Amino acid sequence: MKVLMFGWEFPPHISGGLGTACYGLTRGLSKIDDLDIVFVVPKTYGDEDESKMQLVGANSIHINQIQKHVENFKLRHTYLEIESALIPYHDPDEYYSFRNSDLFGQNKLFKVNQEGKLDFSGKYGANLIDEIYKYAYVASTVSMENDHDVIHAHDWLCYPAGIAAKEVSGKPLVIHVHATDFDRSGGSVNPKVYEIEKMGMDAADKIIAVSNLTRNIVIEKYGQDPAKVETVYNAVEPVSSEEKKAIKKGVKEKVVTFLGRITMQKGPEYFIEAAYRVLKRTNDVRFVMAGSGDMLEKMVDRAAQLGIADRFHFTGFLKGDDVFKMFALSDLYVMPSVSEPFGISPLEAMQSNVPVIISKQSGVSEILTHAIKVDYWDIDALADAIYGIIKYNSLSDIFKEKGKEEVDNLKWTNAAIHTHRVYTNAIQLNKNLQKVML
Amino acid sequence: MKSICLYFQVHQPLRLRRYRFFDIGNDHYYYDDFTNESIMRKIADECYLPANQILLDLIKANKKKFKVSFSITGVALDQFEQYAPDVIESFKALVNTGCVELLAETYSHSLATVKNKNEFTNQVKAHSLRIYELFGKKPKVFRNTELIYSDEIGKIVSNMGYKAMLTEGAKHILGWKSPNYLYCNSLNPKLKLLMRNYTLSDDITFRFSSSGWKEWPLTTEKFANWINQFDEKEDVVNIFMDYETFGEHQKKESGIFEFLKNLPKAILSHDNFKFATPSEAIKEYQPIAIAHVPNAISWADEERDLSAWLGNDMQDEAFNKLYELREDVVTLNNQQLLKDWNYLQSSDHFYYMCTKFFSDGDLHSYFNPYNSPYDAFINYMNVLSDFQIRINELKTEVKPVENHQTELDKKDEIIARFKTEISHLKKQFQQA
Repeated sequence: MKVLMFGWEFPPHISGGLGTACYGLTRGLSKIDDLDIVFVVPKTYGDEDESKMQLVGANSIHINQIQKHVENFKLRHTYLEIESALIPYHDPDEYYSFRNSDLFGQNKLFKVNQEGKLDFSGKYGANLIDEIYKYAYVASTVSMENDHDVIHAHDWLCYPAGIAAKEVSGKPLVIHVHATDFDRSGGSVNPKVYEIEKMGMDAADKIIAVSNLTRNIVIEKYGQDPAKVETVYNAVEPVSSEEKKAIKKGVKEKVVTFLGRITMQKGPEYFIEAAYRVLKRTNDVRFVMAGSGDMLEKMVDRAAQLGIADRFHFTGFLKGDDVFKMFALSDLYVMPSVSEPFGISPLEAMQSNVPVIISKQSGVSEILTHAIKVDYWDIDALADAIYGIIKYNSLSDIFKEKGKEEVDNLKWTNAAIHTHRVYTNAIQLNKNLQKVML
Repeated sequence: MKSICLYFQVHQPLRLRRYRFFDIGNDHYYYDDFTNESIMRKIADECYLPANQILLDLIKANKKKFKVSFSITGVALDQFEQYAPDVIESFKALVNTGCVELLAETYSHSLATVKNKNEFTNQVKAHSLRIYELFGKKPKVFRNTELIYSDEIGKIVSNMGYKAMLTEGAKHILGWKSPNYLYCNSLNPKLKLLMRNYTLSDDITFRFSSSGWKEWPLTTEKFANWINQFDEKEDVVNIFMDYETFGEHQKKESGIFEFLKNLPKAILSHDNFKFATPSEAIKEYQPIAIAHVPNAISWADEERDLSAWLGNDMQDEAFNKLYELREDVVTLNNQQLLKDWNYLQSSDHFYYMCTKFFSDGDLHSYFNPYNSPYDAFINYMNVLSDFQIRINELKTEVKPVENHQTELDKKDEIIARFKTEISHLKKQFQQA
């Protein structure tokens, strides 16, 4: 079975959980016999791990000819160009640096470079919609050149690419919903993103949702047939022991960490308010908010306002090793997400022997037992849980031990087997459909 | 006779390095040596050294009729010693002409004046001592950080024995009154006030090279004529500015050095003009009225208040958390701790956290090492957290050895102080 997979990012060049999930899943799939993957991303940097699959960068595809159906696609999808300021998922650092330049937003006509290739930034940013469009454009070429049985597109950024590929090859399309705009925006959905999402789901033969939470959203908000949507939980890559170097902890106090994009979706404000309540009771704790995002400045202001800034630290965006370093320094990990389709980071924390508190509004809470679960809005319960874990060592020891055990049993291989089943299903469905058509 | 009082402020912030959360408790060094050294060297070569040379030549050429005054912060002096000792030598040469007055201020360019009276007086004393050790002069006139002044501050300064103080001729304080007179403190009229003529001062500092300005280009003749247009009864025209105006704020190419070179000639060509240092001015003239300043003023920004350093949540939080530590720092009396304590008080740290930079963005971004005020705050608080940890560690385990070391350091310091005093006295004795 040959899979043509479209993603938006790939380790080590990631800005969120999407890249990590794609990597884990493809690694899991590579263990299945008779399954080859061609993974397409907008931009390859050359230092990605290609041992498990063939990685194709859209920036290295030659655009030789414009096919008729691509022209049609272009005609039908001109509405993809939307205002950049509305884009909900972006790399904040990138966003800030490009915010003041209209350099990218105005590039409506694609310029093919000297080698006949399109240039991609491969980042979330002001020119995102432009990139999605370009990507879809290239996807059709890719699907012509690479023989495949099934198309797999990750998240809304890649849906147009998946659809374009399907239009060319006629192979079944599986779309993988890692998040919906309902999660990212907290309800005030961007209608244009919604349109792209719905278009992808409608065109798909099968839909994979990362949790039942997301599955319900897909069914209820996007009007999909429940039979078409399957839940495949994410997992986590086991950490090799050499990666866990001894890190000197400079502070004596317990360290409570929030790690993620500092956006409304992740509920950073609940973390600060809970921290304030805990700090009123005990001084033997420090809070760290690691990450970056459009709410960072507001959070810094709030910490200053509450007068806890000497106990509440910010690190900015953390990459690669620094994430592990942060886990190694942490005594507790908190994920108070308002809406989290899955949430891999608590699993990574548990791997590093860090107890976790997660919100009930997260997909990962469906599979974890050895984690404290609270409603994201319940600051008092959150504060209570934080206090309990940092004060009572026996409690945190149990969570460490059992949590590690639990998370080690979550394997990408299982997710891969499940995904493989979905592929087979989709191919079967597609065949049946074609028979009916004939 | 009208006196022109030229005063230059010399200060360079000691910039903090990128101090991350991971460093807290592990690394106790806070300063960005590379940046500090390269900026100091750059400004020394582009501003301090050439400007000092010009001033020295002018004093000689005008047979001591040309006079200026300076205040140099302790933080700047420390950095000169480390990175540009030639600057100190050139200042010494200037001071030795007898035409240059050095003013007192806080050691670390701090805002202690609005927070803690004892800390404030300690810092002023430390600064005066430093000036005395280096230049052999005891400052008589006080100049607060950023010309910050209020009635209350004036009273404290006057109680410390200073005869006069420099401040801003802020419009909202003076109203229709002219800054070109002496004023006095409302609580203690003995303290005389020199008010900055901000129009003339800013004509040089901000507008000198702006070609859109209707008076551009500014010539020394034009400048002297403006002064000549003031009422003849007006006594003293106070031109106060950053010394970095020469060669930094205004680049060499703008002709600022030529302006400086020709200024004395243009001023002295009017018979009724002369140059005076603040001490001379307060001896010669009498205050014309009381200046009522209930709320602190400064020479910064359009508002002429403290809002560049204090007022937003971040600034207040950082400022309060810093001064909460004072008692412990003073009690522990650890040399290394005191040094960092001094540097952490620098007003520059709070300046970088200012969020109202849209109106005065130019100056706020001047050599600002941070991308945003939030960035500045995060970095500063990380440093402060480490500083806190050190204090707590010292509090719990005061090692006797360390105590001895502190004692010895103190003794050494006293010996060094007496040594310089003796050498100064010897010199005076020989001259007499």
